[in-house]
Amino acid sequence: MAARNSTLLFCAIGFAALAFAPLGISSKFYLDILTLIFFTAYIGQSWNILGGYAGQFSFGGVMFFGTGAYASSILVNSFGVPAIIGVVAAVFAGAVLALCVGYLSFRSGLRGSYFALITLAFAELLRVVANSLEITGGGVGLFLTYAPGLQNLQFKTPVGFYYFALILLAISIAIAIWLENSRFGAQRVAIRENEDAAEALGINTLRRKCQAIMIMGAMGGAAGTFYSQKYLYLDPPIAYSVHLSVEMLLVTIVGGMGTVFGPLIGSLVLHTVNEVTRNFIDTPGLSLIVYGIILIIIISYLPNGLIGLFKGRGAKKTDARQGDGDA
Amino acid sequence: MSKIIPHLGGSRRRFIRNAGATVALASTGLSMPHIAQAAGAVKIGLIHPATGWAAYPAAQLRYGAQMAIADINAAGGIKSMGGAQIEALLGDSQTKPEIGAAEVEKMNEAGVHALQGCYQSAVGLAASAAAAKYNIPFSVDVGVSDKLVGRGLSNVFRMADGYGRIARDASAYLGEINAAAGSPAKTVVIVHEESEFGTGTAKLLTPALAERGLTVVDTIKHANPTRNFDNIALRIKSAKPDIIMPINYPGEYVLLAKTLRQQRVDFMTSFSVLGGGFNFKFIDDMPEIAENMIDVNHWYDPRSASGQAMRKRTEADGKYFTFEVYCAYMSIMFLADGFERAGSTDKDAVNAALASSTLEVDFMPYDKTEMVNGQNMGSRAVAIQAQNGDCQVVAPSAYASSKAVFPRA
Amino acid sequence: MLPAAMINGLMYGAIYALVALGLTLIYGVLHIINFAHGAMLMLSLYAAFFLFHLFGIDPYLAIVIVTPAAFVFGYVIYRWGVGKLSGGRDQNILLITLGLSIIIENGALFFFTGDQQTVSLSYSYDAVDLGFVFLSYPKIISFFASLLICLLLWALMTKTDLGRAIRAVAKQREGARLVGIDVENIFAITFGIGIACLGAAGCMLLPIFYVDPYTGNIFVVIAFTIVVLGGMGSIVGALLGGFIIGITESVGGLLLGESLGQIGISLIFILILILKPTGLFGSKV
Repeated sequence: MAARNSTLLFCAIGFAALAFAPLGISSKFYLDILTLIFFTAYIGQSWNILGGYAGQFSFGGVMFFGTGAYASSILVNSFGVPAIIGVVAAVFAGAVLALCVGYLSFRSGLRGSYFALITLAFAELLRVVANSLEITGGGVGLFLTYAPGLQNLQFKTPVGFYYFALILLAISIAIAIWLENSRFGAQRVAIRENEDAAEALGINTLRRKCQAIMIMGAMGGAAGTFYSQKYLYLDPPIAYSVHLSVEMLLVTIVGGMGTVFGPLIGSLVLHTVNEVTRNFIDTPGLSLIVYGIILIIIISYLPNGLIGLFKGRGAKKTDARQGDGDA
Repeated sequence: MSKIIPHLGGSRRRFIRNAGATVALASTGLSMPHIAQAAGAVKIGLIHPATGWAAYPAAQLRYGAQMAIADINAAGGIKSMGGAQIEALLGDSQTKPEIGAAEVEKMNEAGVHALQGCYQSAVGLAASAAAAKYNIPFSVDVGVSDKLVGRGLSNVFRMADGYGRIARDASAYLGEINAAAGSPAKTVVIVHEESEFGTGTAKLLTPALAERGLTVVDTIKHANPTRNFDNIALRIKSAKPDIIMPINYPGEYVLLAKTLRQQRVDFMTSFSVLGGGFNFKFIDDMPEIAENMIDVNHWYDPRSASGQAMRKRTEADGKYFTFEVYCAYMSIMFLADGFERAGSTDKDAVNAALASSTLEVDFMPYDKTEMVNGQNMGSRAVAIQAQNGDCQVVAPSAYASSKAVFPRA
Repeated sequence: MLPAAMINGLMYGAIYALVALGLTLIYGVLHIINFAHGAMLMLSLYAAFFLFHLFGIDPYLAIVIVTPAAFVFGYVIYRWGVGKLSGGRDQNILLITLGLSIIIENGALFFFTGDQQTVSLSYSYDAVDLGFVFLSYPKIISFFASLLICLLLWALMTKTDLGRAIRAVAKQREGARLVGIDVENIFAITFGIGIACLGAAGCMLLPIFYVDPYTGNIFVVIAFTIVVLGGMGSIVGALLGGFIIGITESVGGLLLGESLGQIGISLIFILILILKPTGLFGSKV
């Protein structure tokens, strides 16, 4: 329990510091980058719930984000619902989609690469569908009106979105801490380590995995509302981009899979590396080459992720195997 | 760390170049106090997708903008501001709206006085909205969505056309060319990509073409990317149109053109609107296919000496003279003219100056600039045709450098 | 138009199969998903392009240069790159190949610029008239050459000692090690063969497509679908899967329009995973 309390204390201090940070940081650019870091960490944590804690890799995590974004944007645009209610619908839409995808795939016994690939297929399917539907605006996309105000989840200054992202991040970390300490979470780790043994011990693995993916879906849905209210435009390539699917697993694995702070550390470091290399290198391509090399160096020297640098909490767990595709 | 220095490498190079210009000016007796000039530099941020699928047009845009900045600086900078030099800050949107918006924040911190970008409309929307929060003048160099201007943002301007005006012009030019040939063409098939650009243009074209006595017999939407155009070619073949109008991006444009040839589809001409792949490179790479294809696009005025000179310079640098180059050049000129008339970098003053711009761009086939809700109403796209391995303006007749070959041989 | 759409689908399917072949082989033996697959395909396209552009070598003849070069590249990348740096962890292999793809794509952007390149061959527009459709020479050549390469690979895997060793490693890593097979070497060879398939695919694709630093990704999702459909690790499955996907894409486009028509590919992907996750030929290599 001591470890748990120290984590909670650490979180409380950390979030208090971050909450007052805008008072000290006058740079709107830094606030905007921090907002992006929190956002990526949040979406990475959603991936971590299923991929890190329950051991089910997904390559199509973006589908919850995109569906949530569409759900709230359509409500806002076509029905005049304020976004603060729209976000509830987005969470719901993400969770329902997750249940459908999860139930269909887990019931069929898909694991490892097979599960990862089916999520990719669902994301692609939704992208194609969103491109053809009337209600999503098809390929033209949806334009949202700029109307700052809390009820619209839009803000005049980057500070507002900073707090929005910070709250999302806090929620995601709270969920991860709760999972680490609950029976529910322990069962999920059991599934990750050895699914057949978990089943034999009487854990309803299908149910647990479906719950995990629903948490991921709900979190992704809220992220969609955040994005669409911040950037006010949504089209299928943005909503269902492979890039975001990759980014969420990237920050999580680089930071430390199956750990509370892995996604945040990964997001912080990778965003910083990206920004710094971009700042010093103008030639197109060169900065990302450096980024790729740094990425490979991190992976080869810290196979358990950056969290391995911080001895102690969370660093001990590793080796969530992706599975050998033996479905 | 209280202040970031965007793109140190680039700034250093630029500094050296600017210093050289100052020395040159000093020798002609027009010198400005060295330090005052450096401190008073006008900073223009260029935000383009330098990495990612649109890296090529982005490089062309940067090139054109930097050429304009070098020219303006060499000619004495912003004269009303004591010859203040223009300094470019380079930004990379990585094709993503959120990165584009973050670049705006970064450049605002760096004290940017105006912004230019962003090629992709989705990024342009996010970036110009972010710039609006600080009232930073924002000039869209290339970006076809008509949502970019006319959102009520008083800081956003576009010198070139959006797809709305181009669709209108395109149908007029096609009508003109067709009428001159004795109206042999009656039917059209539109092939468009699925995003706002293609879909929006196609929607506007259908009624506009009807007014010119042309019937759209089929409208075919395709995905980005499309790997295989054989089906589309066969569908076009069975519709037997007189004219094919492609509205899509470079890769698909070229593939479609090749496939039409392979499937022996017979038609009077390919008349594209903002044809992504129609440029000097296409004509060089596939002269047979390109010959007599027509495109309606941003284009320089080939009769102008300055346009010809710019083309020569670009080609001497080993680059193709694509529309990105002169659109970016023009956009910088437009911003510089705003600073010149405002006499300061005060954002309200510059925005007001830009909104009342009457700039005449001699290398473009444009009328005097007139901004209405941020859109230049003096702009004009022209119809260009590949003829004997070169590009000729064939409509409107006032700017034509050659007569249209229609129907094609 | 349906027969025409089917023939066209078949033609493209053979090339898709070639792209998928590399993926399925690497997956079947090494159990890793190569995120750099698209980037490596793009490199092969550039290799074929530059051989044509600088030396006038016909892309179809360039196969004999690009394929071995791709093999060596793949071997080296695995032996001294992916295999060493990942420490054998699946999720790390994933990220190493992801890092590799970032480096390769942006390296291409840096060295070759983002400019889109195409080649025009003297016979690019010569075609055989089947009455309802024209088949261009490049498509016909690509089709038969792809079939031939699949056949050669199949022969390599089933008729040679190397093939037997690869299959032994795929089935039983430790067992193979015990009987004296150099497993790491076999892994690197397999990776090399997988990339060599891309080398060939690049040469086939160049005359009928274009290349820029991001072209490779256009074929990646399709390749994954084929691998899953055919059964991970199955060569025959990849070929058949390629045909099915090629035809599905083409007929789907015809019936539903080229935008919504893409839905067929994702639907097959999902249905096969749910109904028969081992694919059509789901043996493990």
